[in-house]
Amino acid sequence: MVELKLQHIYKTYNKDIQAVNNFNLDIKDKEFIVLVGPSGCGKSTLLRLLAGLEDLSQGQIIMDGQYMNDVSPKDRDVAFVFQNYALYPHMNVYQNMAFGLKSRKFPKDEIDRRIKNAAQILNIEEHLDRKPKALSGGQCQRVALGRAIVRDAKLFLMDEPLSNLDTKLRTQMRSEIIKLHQRLQTTTIYVTHDQTEAMTMATRLVVMNNGKIQQVGVPKEVYDKPENVFVGGFIGLPAMNFFSGTLLHDKILFDHLTMEIPIIKMMSLRKQGYVNKEIILGIRPEDLHDASIFPNNTACSTIDVKIELIESLGAENLIHSQIACQPLIARLNTQTAVKEGQVIKLAVDMDKIHFFDYISKNRIHLDVF
Amino acid sequence: MDLLLNKEFMQEFLSPIWLSIKIATISGVIVILLGTLIGHVFARKTFKGKAVLETILMLPMVLPPTVVGFFLIVIFGKNSIVGQVIEWLFKQPIIFTWWAAVIAAIVVAFPLMYQSSKSGFQAINTDIEDAARIDGASEWRIFLFISIPLASKALISGSILSFARALGEFGATLMFAGNIPGETQTIPTAIYIAIDSGNMKMAWMWVISMVIISFFMLLVVRIKNENSK
Repeated sequence: MVELKLQHIYKTYNKDIQAVNNFNLDIKDKEFIVLVGPSGCGKSTLLRLLAGLEDLSQGQIIMDGQYMNDVSPKDRDVAFVFQNYALYPHMNVYQNMAFGLKSRKFPKDEIDRRIKNAAQILNIEEHLDRKPKALSGGQCQRVALGRAIVRDAKLFLMDEPLSNLDTKLRTQMRSEIIKLHQRLQTTTIYVTHDQTEAMTMATRLVVMNNGKIQQVGVPKEVYDKPENVFVGGFIGLPAMNFFSGTLLHDKILFDHLTMEIPIIKMMSLRKQGYVNKEIILGIRPEDLHDASIFPNNTACSTIDVKIELIESLGAENLIHSQIACQPLIARLNTQTAVKEGQVIKLAVDMDKIHFFDYISKNRIHLDVF
Repeated sequence: MDLLLNKEFMQEFLSPIWLSIKIATISGVIVILLGTLIGHVFARKTFKGKAVLETILMLPMVLPPTVVGFFLIVIFGKNSIVGQVIEWLFKQPIIFTWWAAVIAAIVVAFPLMYQSSKSGFQAINTDIEDAARIDGASEWRIFLFISIPLASKALISGSILSFARALGEFGATLMFAGNIPGETQTIPTAIYIAIDSGNMKMAWMWVISMVIISFFMLLVVRIKNENSK
């Protein structure tokens, strides 16, 4: 059982580099929080602050009502899984898992019981007497997880634990970690830059950039309603398409091209004073369709684009093009026959478009009547 | 053969050898402990004046032995505070005793141990030490059970090299400890005197002993390094 309150956390290096900037988050027991963001966004630093490996510049960490800032790492009762495994290379698998328990002066038979149990969960029983050098990457990562499991710590911290594995193994380990969390129910904070991991593993997602939280929410909510242009662009692959244009009375104007806006959305935009202003429109690649097969009853606007490049992914094609000199990617079903250089009519699913303020880059929330 | 059976001759031959080994062992142990600890601190911590302090510690490696000897005489001599404290404590000055030879050996051998230990500790992935920290280990436990085993190759080769350097120390020892047969005469100083007085037979025996000891120590370092590749 652990409840974590992270309040106004700042970490500044060399007086002016702000790695973490006013981070606030309450984490409930059994949550699986995923911190996601590009390299250098402060997510790993935050994890190290939580583990006590680095000192906070400001703010407080409160674990189960207890102020943790001054508690040394060995007394925090957290377990940490490192990206490069950080196994003790001179010890075998058994000793690697036993080290933490021995440091905490557990009796021998209890150590043995816990290691055997963890080894069984992780399917590494046969490798207990092997040194890390003799293990594969996936096995090393299992041992690193085992080291965390045997400790039965209150909080698991995982710093990009799968990024050194190949794609196939990563997918497999991803689901194993999810199952492990379902089984152990240990509160976990998981850092990654991989959005597939972020979307599939998180009970709550925290998107970070430049040391600041950009959005917190369940993955679906973050995907469907990104709070700003950064989140919209970061979550989703290929990234969301953004077009800046001027909002007129009932449509949006990009250069010479116009796109009609459904009346309900337009009313809300008008009410918020966006008419005759620059505005950013966000469209996910999967919300662009071949107009010839897109159902008529859906609110849509059509645009003609010239195909510059086709990336075939087997089940679908990624169509690269431009609208008013701004790049556009559409994800089309392979039923639509396409050729590079061809002009295609795309239907934009207007129910799924996103609007962002041109200056603040924040989402414009539209009232639903 | 007759010579080897001659008791007096054997005593004259063996005395500097035993003394050299005694001095090198005592100074070696001190250098290994100090070099390991200071190397670890310098590999992990940053503080003001670190570069200057490090340069001072490394200086004996490049300074002529006579300069080192000169400083040792100045620092530990009868007129210095350190020298007077030692004289008050032990009722005799340290200069021209075999302990002086130990100090000279420590000063010249330390940089070798320090350098090896520092680079050994620096090569450890600090995540491993952090993992141990989070695993509940005290700093001392991490040092003993994680850092030292992981830096062991560098520590072993540093130890052997500094022991060899202590064994071969000549200039500073001659100036600071003198060359008193049976008291402060080590193999290198004994060889110098033997040649000077034309005792080539004795010089040869000491030279061969020195070559054999040094050869085996270097061989161990080489084998260690080969195995670690």
